[in-house]
Amino acid sequence: MVAMPATRPRWRRRLRRYGPAWVGSAIVLAWILVALFAPLIAPYPPQAQDIVNRLTPPSADHWLGTDVLGRDVLSRLIFGARLSLLAGFSVVLLGAAIGVTVGIIAAWARGFVDEALMRFTDLVLCFPPIILALAIAAALGIGSTNTILAMLVVWWPKFARLARALALVQRSQEYVEAATVLGLKPVRILGRHILPNTLGPLAVLITLDLGNAILTFAGLSFLGLGVVPPTAEWGSMVAEGRELVEQWWVATFPGLAILTVVVGFNFLGDGLRDWLDPRTRGR
Amino acid sequence: MPRYIATRLLSAVAMALLASLVVFLISALVPGDPVLAQLGDIQASNPQTVLEWRAKWGLDLPLWERYGIFLKGLAHGDLGISIATRRPVLDDIVQYAPATVELATIAFLLAIGVGIPLGIAAAVWRDSWVDSLARAISLLGVSAPTFWLAFIMLAIFYGWLGWAPGPGRMDPIAFPPEGPTGLFLIDAALAGDWEAWWDAAAHLILPAVVLAAATIGLITRTTRAAMLDALGQDFVRVARAKGLRARVIVLRHALPNALVPVVTLGGLAYANLLAGAVMTETVFSWPGLGRYTFRSAAALDFPAIMGITLVVSATYLLVNLLVDLSYGLLDPRVRR
Amino acid sequence: MTGSGLPVLEVENLQTVFLTDAGAVRAVDGVSFTIGPGETLGLVGESGSGKSVTALSLMRLLEEPARIIGGSVRFQGCDVLEMSGEELRDWRGDRAAMVFQDPMTGLNPVIRILRQVTEHMVSHGRQTPAKAKLRAVDLLRRMGVAAPERAAASFPYQFSGGMRQRVMLAIGVANDPALLIADEPTTALDVTIQAQILDLMRGLNQEFGTAIVLISHDLGVIGTVCRRVAVMYAGEIVEEAETAAVLTDPRHPYAWALVNAVPRLDSPAGTRLVSIEGGPPSALDPPPGCRFAARCPFKLARCETDHPPLMEVAPGRRARCWVTMDGTPLPPPPVAAEAAFRTPAPEERPLLEGHDLVKHFPLSRLGFFGKRPVVHAVNGVDLRLRRGEALGIVGESGCGKSTLARLVTRLHAPTSGTLRFDGQDITHFTAAEMRPLRPRMGMVFQDPYASLNPRMTVGDALAEPLLAHGRAATRAEARGRVLELMATVGLKPEWAQRFPHEFSGGQRQRVSIARSLALEPDLVVADEPVSALDVNVQAQVLNLMLDLRERLGLSYLFIAHDLAVVRAFCDRVAVMYLGRIVEEGPAQELFARPLHPYTVALTSAVPEPGRERVVLAGEPPSTLSLPEGCAFRARCPVAQPVCAEVRPPLAEVAPGRLAACHFPGAFSV
Repeated sequence: MVAMPATRPRWRRRLRRYGPAWVGSAIVLAWILVALFAPLIAPYPPQAQDIVNRLTPPSADHWLGTDVLGRDVLSRLIFGARLSLLAGFSVVLLGAAIGVTVGIIAAWARGFVDEALMRFTDLVLCFPPIILALAIAAALGIGSTNTILAMLVVWWPKFARLARALALVQRSQEYVEAATVLGLKPVRILGRHILPNTLGPLAVLITLDLGNAILTFAGLSFLGLGVVPPTAEWGSMVAEGRELVEQWWVATFPGLAILTVVVGFNFLGDGLRDWLDPRTRGR
Repeated sequence: MPRYIATRLLSAVAMALLASLVVFLISALVPGDPVLAQLGDIQASNPQTVLEWRAKWGLDLPLWERYGIFLKGLAHGDLGISIATRRPVLDDIVQYAPATVELATIAFLLAIGVGIPLGIAAAVWRDSWVDSLARAISLLGVSAPTFWLAFIMLAIFYGWLGWAPGPGRMDPIAFPPEGPTGLFLIDAALAGDWEAWWDAAAHLILPAVVLAAATIGLITRTTRAAMLDALGQDFVRVARAKGLRARVIVLRHALPNALVPVVTLGGLAYANLLAGAVMTETVFSWPGLGRYTFRSAAALDFPAIMGITLVVSATYLLVNLLVDLSYGLLDPRVRR
Repeated sequence: MTGSGLPVLEVENLQTVFLTDAGAVRAVDGVSFTIGPGETLGLVGESGSGKSVTALSLMRLLEEPARIIGGSVRFQGCDVLEMSGEELRDWRGDRAAMVFQDPMTGLNPVIRILRQVTEHMVSHGRQTPAKAKLRAVDLLRRMGVAAPERAAASFPYQFSGGMRQRVMLAIGVANDPALLIADEPTTALDVTIQAQILDLMRGLNQEFGTAIVLISHDLGVIGTVCRRVAVMYAGEIVEEAETAAVLTDPRHPYAWALVNAVPRLDSPAGTRLVSIEGGPPSALDPPPGCRFAARCPFKLARCETDHPPLMEVAPGRRARCWVTMDGTPLPPPPVAAEAAFRTPAPEERPLLEGHDLVKHFPLSRLGFFGKRPVVHAVNGVDLRLRRGEALGIVGESGCGKSTLARLVTRLHAPTSGTLRFDGQDITHFTAAEMRPLRPRMGMVFQDPYASLNPRMTVGDALAEPLLAHGRAATRAEARGRVLELMATVGLKPEWAQRFPHEFSGGQRQRVSIARSLALEPDLVVADEPVSALDVNVQAQVLNLMLDLRERLGLSYLFIAHDLAVVRAFCDRVAVMYLGRIVEEGPAQELFARPLHPYTVALTSAVPEPGRERVVLAGEPPSTLSLPEGCAFRARCPVAQPVCAEVRPPLAEVAPGRLAACHFPGAFSV
């Protein structure tokens, strides 16, 4: 009898496969909790100024230091999570809702409607997103709602494209043909067969895209378009600290906050994709 | 083929015009008022001044007439006058574009120069430390906010270590090279002014790295995924059964099959770099289109914004066309 | 280099495992065989039996998580398993070559054929680039590639599957290897093309003395090329003998089941196929006794406990069986009662009637002002199916048979022609108008993986049509009928909660059949229902469909490429070529005495032992432009000038026999 070689320890393979997904969920969940319970966690009110103690480095009183107006960076960071997550979720979820509706209508109607909807989608896609968002946000005026609206305008087309492609693939599947032969109504085929099978890839894109949306929102805020000044927001916090190289903590920590959230969503999205992919699931 | 290119070019022009119409409509229909932005509260409180000002900029005309004027100007290569700088928009764009093109091109070369080899290595040595490194780099690249990365890089390499020069394209006391292109590296080289060349190059490094970061991440990811896909194909097994060397299998058999998605992304990425320059240029005080865009947007300078949109979306469409044409070179099945 | 006297390949107790989360799966478990110079050996078995893994192990082409953990593979005396990476590379593609199953994906799409044929001649230092080029063209010509110079300069996408497999063979033999391993080289090809490739392989063996290991699921295929065969089951060789001996007198019960599960063109009509129930044992934890014991109809008491070794049961043949160890043969299969075919009343109104059905698919334009190419899928088909009848449609891929199935079920709308279902003209029915008729026509699809919604339990999938058509008001009410349906097709009731991916291919096809029966249809259209299944499972499903036909009085439109399957199942058969029916008649007569030259070639190409073969040259013409006159004339051995001018109509040649040929019966084997 030949000795069976030891397989690589199971925990190591599991860690490689599921580790990132778990880390991602943990990060995302942690930030969501921070955002929800910001008033309970934050040591100071986010707007409270303390001019005497302005620009103090991280200390026991102010773990992450204070900014130009003596506001506690940690507290502003914690409150900033609210706006960033809210913006990210509303842009991506609303964008996905609009895009998926457009995409599925296009795939289902075909012909002229398909052509018209897709040309319109292409039109929006031929703008560099940040420039269009910048123009719209500037025109609408400064404020988080307006910035979210501006982002929505540039956000939905990729979902329309993906949803249309997925629906077209589904249409030609044999089980959809089988459903047709069984005499099921189009609505039922769409709802019971096509939609459930497109949700997986959509969920992956949505998750990965949440990070993107948060980045873009922070970017617009950094340029001064996202929020009206005293409001705590990560992008604008970096903007306030960008000249302060000596007082590095003012700009560094909000940036790290953005980085961790985006990393979290990326891990989660990748994990979701691996988990949904039947090719990698079995192994 | 020429007919195909001509059709595509025509449709690209049509799309760019439509895009400008969209921006025009946004400018006309949204509440932001350039008068307020330009005149300030005190002057704007005088209705007479406001009326005169509106008339001067043609803002009192009906919508379609204003777009007609814009189109007529466009036919003569005139993009209108910027409200903020009081100069022809085209002149502004011509002045600022080279700085951005230089920066974006260097960043692009950096991104493909790092991203493609890294992606190939990660796919070939899957699950090894190279793969982990590639994953980490691409993850940080796509996750780090550009503006923050710019700050950190400046703080560390300029502020703290002093290895890199500060913001701007050249040392403030140096004379920028005179030349036909406006691209300092080329102009300096043409003039044989190597001192200026080094100065410009040194100033380019940090912003280029910052601008390239996200693109490196995307290209690494895409290359890795496409290479894994290609390496899993049957023809790779056939190549192994032929007894070919690993290098030949990877570079001559798998890589050409993996390039289509990479080129697609690369084209998009270059166009995005032009746009993504907005933040990098703001932090690095880079006198390019990005900063011009930002200033125009903040000032609600719609003639300028329309001009920029037109130019950038035209570039976008052109790059897309080039990408589509390159498929024919990469994949014989498309060549038919 | 010629290992005179030395065997080309000696495999000794080869063991290969897949390292999975659940443990080590023993894919190849102690395989031994020897091949002398110029010998041919077949490896046969069902999917998962370990035959392909054996082939890959021989070439050391396995990738993680598969690993060879024991035994030896000696090639002309050198141990392949001990070779360094460098040695291995020098050996592969030079002294030993391998051809794979799917020619469509085996060639690199972006590299010209020439380089793919020459690169390993050059890299192994066999030829200079210039000489390699000449040799490549020569090889392509020898492999039967038309216009080899031009072919060498082309890219793979310009070729059909058959042509690509010829190129793959040219690549394989380019360095004159002593050993060629071919893994299911013809499985993806049509039967006439398969015959061409198998001929080519036989030629290679005879002309160059290349030793061949041919892996296939089809004993018939192996029989046409290989003198000896090894039958694999659950990772082991269970019988090894001359191929002819195994085909007529198998000594292992699994080989016996394999031989008798395959329908044959010359077996008496209407007989049930031998099928053994169940599936192979877990390769993770094989049973202590004989691995086939659980399914074996002849098993003894000791089979459950003692693992039989491979024993010499007759001179030159070995089997791993306690039953036949003393040299006794296995009994012939039970001759099942002939299925009672109902002879349909001829005057009755046909259930399905198609007249001059045409379906063309316009493709997207070539360029902006370019012409729109059109695929001529179905080009004028007349069709009559009476109640209770089973009509078979056979033909090679691209002949339009699947499109025809989708036309009669109105998944596609016909381009022209008329279609009647039970007297009603449904040619132009809208989807909504079709809906009330849907319950009367069921459909079974080819791919049991793609035809079930992966996110619906089997119970829900079966209940759905009942609820949608008001046959059941509530889910609970539907449940009774669902369980009934599952019992009808031989599925356990507790499986209703399972998802499709938890079933094997055969079980899924049963689900698919149950679904097609849910609404008690009159007509079932089956599009290649068994072509994706292993022969034993195929026998199970075919037997089930025969039973159902008798019990429920169904009418079938049965579409398949496998002539023997159609013959076993159908009363009447129509042969399609390029979108038209070229011959039609009663199944038994048609296959016994084909009239159209194409049918003659088709039946002769079936890889059955003792069959006189006509290898048809060439391939079917493109469906993008139909040829003038008879579509078959370019490949026809008896074509005359008139065939190029006048298209022969489908006419009655003898009572009940229709053929579309100017010279019916002129060509025979």
